[in-house]
Amino acid sequence: MTKKDIIVLQDLLLSNAQAAAAIRAELEGRGILAVNLMSSPGAGKTTLLERIADRLRGRLKIAVIEGDIETERDAERIRAKGVPAWQITTGGACHLEAKMVGKILPLVPPDTAILFIENVGNLVCPASYDLGERLRLVLLSTPEGDDKPKKYPKAFTTAQALVLTKADLLSVLPFDVAKVKAEALDLNPRLEIFITSAVTGEGLDDLLAYLGRAGEEVRRRA
Amino acid sequence: MHELSVIASLFDTLLEQARAHDARAITRVTLAVGVLAGVVPELLESAFDIYKKGTIAESATLVVERRPFQVRCRACGAVETREDFVFACPACGAADLEIVQGTELILERIEAETADP
Repeated sequence: MTKKDIIVLQDLLLSNAQAAAAIRAELEGRGILAVNLMSSPGAGKTTLLERIADRLRGRLKIAVIEGDIETERDAERIRAKGVPAWQITTGGACHLEAKMVGKILPLVPPDTAILFIENVGNLVCPASYDLGERLRLVLLSTPEGDDKPKKYPKAFTTAQALVLTKADLLSVLPFDVAKVKAEALDLNPRLEIFITSAVTGEGLDDLLAYLGRAGEEVRRRA
Repeated sequence: MHELSVIASLFDTLLEQARAHDARAITRVTLAVGVLAGVVPELLESAFDIYKKGTIAESATLVVERRPFQVRCRACGAVETREDFVFACPACGAADLEIVQGTELILERIEAETADP
């Protein structure tokens, strides 16, 4: 027997990165904007998608992939809005991986403008897995507290946009919007920030305008 | 808490490498893990110990080398190690930085026992 040192230098997430690259190429070739939504559980990802579905009805076709550990509940809420939705239940895994998303792609209607992928509620692990998205949105709800960006840096450094949700509660919570903005921009100076409320509708038009511009760019390049 | 799926993917590569090099046993596995890689070294070690049972790496030790978060300023060229993840150059204050290291999750090398040539 001899001992041998083998230099490998391989990214451990390589197989996910390859699957994500294939998804990105397919979706962008079809002119579909893919958006990965990440947040802790209860930040309002599904509610935000419900409001987006209401506002885009008759204007832009969307579709939604829902990731959860168990149940079809979120997909049912989206389908109730007349939007095609597929539920991925991970059975315990704390994040979605690109291969799970890849299996759904053949089902996405050709006239879809935006495909939303709602990740498993978790501000940690989803940040490490590229799903082939063009835009990554991190949601932070006001009841979670204004100290989160630096506690969960990866979610904020890898996102293109921060959507602050439940802004209607700002009047009753000790939540410092300026502090969150400053912390988030420290981590990621290019981050777009939207202050929203699903109750009052605040900020949703700005967010939709941003998504609309990104969608047009993908269609133009397709 | 996705360390187990990272280790599952590591074992795919370990088995491929063992076949390619005609290894009898894998005795040491060295990973480079950035502080911003999103995984916890202790959990990687626990997952590795669970996963290795009954495999060619049954007696292997996992070595996790931590890599600090380092950025290079595109404005002034300074390379700095940051512990707070703040994206501003400590030398000149510019926000145009590129990440040099600290996000990687890499299988660096394997020590294996092979039959004498």
